[in-house]
Amino acid sequence: MRLAHRFAIESDLIKADCIEATEFPDLASRYRVYAVPKTVINDSASVEGALPEEFFLDRVLKAVEPAANSQAQGQAGGP
Amino acid sequence: MGLIRDSDAAEIRQRLQEMVHPVKLVHFTQELNLEYGREARQLLEDLAGLSDQLSLEVYNFLLDKDKVAEYGVDKVPATVVRNAKDYGIRFYGLPAGYEFSTLLDAILSVSKGDSGLEAQSKQKLAALTQPLHLQVFVTPT
Repeated sequence: MRLAHRFAIESDLIKADCIEATEFPDLASRYRVYAVPKTVINDSASVEGALPEEFFLDRVLKAVEPAANSQAQGQAGGP
Repeated sequence: MGLIRDSDAAEIRQRLQEMVHPVKLVHFTQELNLEYGREARQLLEDLAGLSDQLSLEVYNFLLDKDKVAEYGVDKVPATVVRNAKDYGIRFYGLPAGYEFSTLLDAILSVSKGDSGLEAQSKQKLAALTQPLHLQVFVTPT
């Protein structure tokens, strides 16, 4: 959660909500939150668990700019 | 009665001394709120009392429609953490337990106006071209 807020401070394009799942069960159910923390990105992708900064950011960015990211992965030599 | 124990209050007061610029907590509540609504407000009132740099504004979700629209709040209880600038940071629900320390972290980061991220992360975020909405689901424990 701290990372999401920090991303929001760093970029004007990012909004970060911290949602208490038990107080908003409908929302938690809609996004299939079975374990926390779970980060939903632009209503489409999601990341489960707490990741280190670099990995979390990459997962978040991948969700919105898949082309740019896969290119970067290609340059890194792929899987 | 406050929700913050005296022993915790001393520690929180100390952490808040790191604040550089004033921070405003903008809280939205509504009467007939769920059980957590009143508690959230009380917690924020207690917290705001622990630093001169921290202030609290409270609005009613049903009545203060201009503010609700301004902050894009769609559910309550909701809390915005901002300084002169609104960075898009929102807490929905009672920020208790572990999330309370997340709230403190957000307050300190906003107060410094610095994300504290690694240089590499800042570079990647500077290249972002599309809006990103992150919804992080948590539980109090």
